[in-house]
Amino acid sequence: MGGLQKKKFERGSATNYITRNRARKKLQLSLPDFRRLCILKGIYPHEPKHKKKVNKGSTAPRTFYLLKDIRFLLHEPIVGKFREYKIFVRKLKKAYGKTEWSAVERLRENKPTYKLDHIIKERYPTFIDALRDIDDALCMCFLFSTFARTGKCHVQTIQLCKRLTVEWMNYVITSRSLRKVFLSIKGIYYQAEVMGQLITWVVPYQFSHDHPVDVDYRVMATFTELYTTLLGFVNFRLYNSLNLVYPPKLDSNAESEPKEESEDDYAMNSESYLEKLSALSASLARVVSSAEEEEAQLDHFPTEGEDMEKMEAREKELKQQEAQKKLFEGLKFYLNREVPRESLAFIIRCFGGQVSWDKSVCIGSTYEMTDETITHHIIDRPSVDKQYINRYYIQPQWVYDCVNAKVLLPVEDYFLGVTLPPHLSPFVEEKEGDYVPPEKLKIMALQRGEKTGNEQEEEEEEEEEEEEEEEQEEEEEDDNGDEEDDEEEVAEEKNLKKMEEQRSQGKSLQVKVTPGKLKVENKARLEQEEKAEEKRLAIMMMKKKEKYLYDKIMFGKKRKVREANKLAAKRKAHDDAEKAKKKKARK
Amino acid sequence: VISLHDIRNTVGNIPVEWYKDFPHIGYNLDGKKIYKPIRNKDELDDFLDKMENPEYWRTVHDKQTGSDIVLSDDQVELVNRLQRGQFGDVNFNEYEPMVEFFSSDVMIHPITNRPADKRSFIPSLTEKEKVSKLVHAIKMGWLKPRRVEDDGRGRYYDLWASEDSSILARHRMHLPAPKIPLPGHHESYNPPPEYLFTDEERALWEQQDPGDRKLPFVPRKYSSLRQVPAFSHFIHERFERCLDLYLCPRQRKMRVNVNPEDLIPQLPKPKDLQPFPTTQSLVYRGHSGLVRSISVSPSGQWLASGSDDGSVRFWEVCSSRCMKMVQVGGAVKSVAWNPNPSVCLLAVALDSVVLILSPSLADKQVILSSERLLSAQQEGEEPAEGNGSVVWSEAEGEELNQGVRLKIQHPKAVHQVVWHAKGDYLASVMPDNTSHLQVYIHQLSRRRSQNPFSRNKGLVQCVSFHPIRPYFFVATQRSIRIYNLVKQEMTKKLQANSKWISSMAVHPGGDHVICGSYDCKLSWFDLDLSTKPYKMLRHHKKAVRGVAYHRLYPLFASASDDGSVIVCHGTVYNDLLQNPLIVPVKVLRGHVMTHDLGVLDVTFHPTQPWVFSSGADATIRLFT
Repeated sequence: MGGLQKKKFERGSATNYITRNRARKKLQLSLPDFRRLCILKGIYPHEPKHKKKVNKGSTAPRTFYLLKDIRFLLHEPIVGKFREYKIFVRKLKKAYGKTEWSAVERLRENKPTYKLDHIIKERYPTFIDALRDIDDALCMCFLFSTFARTGKCHVQTIQLCKRLTVEWMNYVITSRSLRKVFLSIKGIYYQAEVMGQLITWVVPYQFSHDHPVDVDYRVMATFTELYTTLLGFVNFRLYNSLNLVYPPKLDSNAESEPKEESEDDYAMNSESYLEKLSALSASLARVVSSAEEEEAQLDHFPTEGEDMEKMEAREKELKQQEAQKKLFEGLKFYLNREVPRESLAFIIRCFGGQVSWDKSVCIGSTYEMTDETITHHIIDRPSVDKQYINRYYIQPQWVYDCVNAKVLLPVEDYFLGVTLPPHLSPFVEEKEGDYVPPEKLKIMALQRGEKTGNEQEEEEEEEEEEEEEEEQEEEEEDDNGDEEDDEEEVAEEKNLKKMEEQRSQGKSLQVKVTPGKLKVENKARLEQEEKAEEKRLAIMMMKKKEKYLYDKIMFGKKRKVREANKLAAKRKAHDDAEKAKKKKARK
Repeated sequence: VISLHDIRNTVGNIPVEWYKDFPHIGYNLDGKKIYKPIRNKDELDDFLDKMENPEYWRTVHDKQTGSDIVLSDDQVELVNRLQRGQFGDVNFNEYEPMVEFFSSDVMIHPITNRPADKRSFIPSLTEKEKVSKLVHAIKMGWLKPRRVEDDGRGRYYDLWASEDSSILARHRMHLPAPKIPLPGHHESYNPPPEYLFTDEERALWEQQDPGDRKLPFVPRKYSSLRQVPAFSHFIHERFERCLDLYLCPRQRKMRVNVNPEDLIPQLPKPKDLQPFPTTQSLVYRGHSGLVRSISVSPSGQWLASGSDDGSVRFWEVCSSRCMKMVQVGGAVKSVAWNPNPSVCLLAVALDSVVLILSPSLADKQVILSSERLLSAQQEGEEPAEGNGSVVWSEAEGEELNQGVRLKIQHPKAVHQVVWHAKGDYLASVMPDNTSHLQVYIHQLSRRRSQNPFSRNKGLVQCVSFHPIRPYFFVATQRSIRIYNLVKQEMTKKLQANSKWISSMAVHPGGDHVICGSYDCKLSWFDLDLSTKPYKMLRHHKKAVRGVAYHRLYPLFASASDDGSVIVCHGTVYNDLLQNPLIVPVKVLRGHVMTHDLGVLDVTFHPTQPWVFSSGADATIRLFT
């Protein structure tokens, strides 16, 4: 036998992966530096297909990186910057030790810094890539912008995050790209459609944070570093796409009003500037002061058949979207001081409404509470002393529900002190067989333009019930056929037994001829049964593997149905209890 | 200066405690001892003094001399001034006008008369040194000019100005991180009531491990927005997302997105495979114990059944009428009708006896010929009974009247009897793990018995003759052995891949075998193909008790403890290359479960597509 003996683990997947420690050694970096590098460059561990092979026969739990990834890191210029920083820290320590304050100062002035521009460009070669990945960046920046200056991170970071998020919100307002909002117990979710990408972010409620001890803020800070750079570039590009000035400037024409009152006594110009921006009440300056935006008109192409239908559907959708964008146009809102100002101002402005608040709440209010033209007064307290007669006093949920429903909902359900209807998540898209809460059905009916009276509600409920019953029937159907047969047999057997007993007791049989009954066969039913049986027999002949898969899928489906049924049952029980209560109250 | 020294006591400024143990506390100027007062004042004295002495408040104890001194008015005044933070001297003026010596006004006279230093005329050496150091550092590039701090306004530019689609920075192994799932109705601050937890659900949620929970939070309902508190886990969740992004190994998972309907195999419709039994048409009642075994006469007119109540019954198939009943006095384990149509004999196994019954349920000629078969041997020589353990004997008296003709006494309990297709040979099985005497083959015409095996190969479950060729099938616990009776050797051993074989049936063609097992499986062997099962059918939920082939139609049936008989269509092609097609066509139910036993035996009608089954509920059922 010729040739060299093949050695194990020298080819194949074993050579494609590298453990974390070995990677670290190869890069000559400390663990924190390696971590930072991985975060910045977006390198993550991979799970090999055959772990044992890659682990050289061992089954010890290890994290593996792709060797290619690590090689790719080798050429990263930022690694050099890390080393520089290390040296800087050493020098600084030495200078401190020698109490050479001038040296300390000099060193501090020349603290090595690095830029992440090239990394952003590398990770997101196109703008759309960047937009696709901006969810996390937004969430993080919104979180950091709410931090107090408590030393959990640098003040500059907080300020930068604040600035960037304000810029983002201003962009969303100007482009009117907000689509959905959701008040959850975690925070407020927003979903915007920017350049065809759905971007979702969550903003915590405005409270000071209770900083947990088991969170490593260094990791978060590294991520934020990356995200702020990304968000800055994205903002720049987005502002450019709308011909807006970046960094944003308030429109000098529209702004005149708030400017007059405040300036001299408030704060330094540079400070109040950001605050005015973050008030979200004024529009932004454009590079080219364009007139009104031209309506986006879908071009018509000669198409046929299905394409035509699709086109029509698209057109319809577009129209709907346009309508949604102008949802609050012409409405004038006034925010009471206890409602979340930033969120509501953002949403109302996103849909073309005018909004103002008390002067003492925040800078940038545009009109007073006494303004007669105010149409909606948003208020979140059980009662109010002085009510103006020509405006609605409504609870804040109305605004959110309207945005999600894409229509102005009737205000009666949201009046002061009224028990609010449930707030539903706009992100849930019910498929067939899923449970749909009745409130959602109501909203859907409203969207279709139907009017809901009490009768209709009841009808709907009935319908639902029927549906449920049907479902249950379907479930049972499989067994039904056999059961019936069994029942008949049982009856027959009973008869026979009786006869036998009589015979054994020696009595003469009571022979009696009764007219037979015509048994009507339900043809459709029979056919169904036959089909069901065929299916059952075919399932018996499945291969083991496929049977396993099939069983799993069916189990999942059944579980879904079960959950939906459970929710429906819970709802029904609740409604019944409510009804009983009402009846009692009436009596 | 003198006043600083206290001269009343010359010991100096020393701690007074040093004189604690002495009667004196020092020495006066004359060198005489200063004695301590004889009696120390105690608290009572002090109190009395305080009450009675008007000078008490201005009396001070002098530790140095051990005497009390009464302060004068001046002294008291001084103490008060000091306590107020004023100067001790009453005449001291703290607010005298300041004279500015060093002012901007140039005077004609210098303040000091000192001549200027030399170093004020010559350049500083240390300064020079420092400057040269800096110059050197700048020259060498160690010292850089102060960086201009950019305020962040010009930090951002159009990064994607020259979008180059050719840049593929990431290799194709890149897996983008999945987005965070969007919130459902559960997460709303004011969810519909059905999404809130009931008490049980809440308790369950609290019991569960955080990893097992379906929802990471408890749904809450707040009546208005102002009551919603901060979410305590917000930072946590964000941090966990960060960890996921850079620490979590990513793996591409292929998710099968199949329509479950596509997984179901396309089989020929049972309708097209008719005839096969579909409905229960007759029930044969009469037995009082569970019916272990049934057998149909070769003509298809009669059905024999053996039951645990110690009787063998003969039924007319068409009318379900019990024509005859023979009490054999013991639980009947197995009955088998002689397959030869020209004789009418039934073999019955009970305890350790095999009975040959002549039920005389046929026309005279047949009865005669069967009588002849039984008596043929009688006329000849008496059986030699080579191996003594099996005894043949004629029935007498009452038994003879009932139709019992022969008794074959075995050494052990017999479990099964089978006929050869010709109807002369008969095999009986006595399962016994310890001996090789488990199977006997009896020849009826010569009344001879022989044990074909000399070695124990395991517990024999059942045996069967090949329908055409001289082969003999023996099913042990886990395998089926096929013996060539002529050559007296084993030709094949089939591995059943099951734990415990219960029953076996041979295809009328002889090339296929099915066997049922107690672990709910039914295996189909193609003898030409392999010694492994061609197909394993797991149709039954419980142990399979009996299997049977139809003689004419391509049907086979299996009976199980779950009370069902499953009829399958099994076409066997003459073309060797084509595998048998097996399609289940009907699940027949009817038997009632008793004592956890369902259907015990199943057999087909020899000519019609009918199937008989006997069950633990003491009935026999006919499905047509």
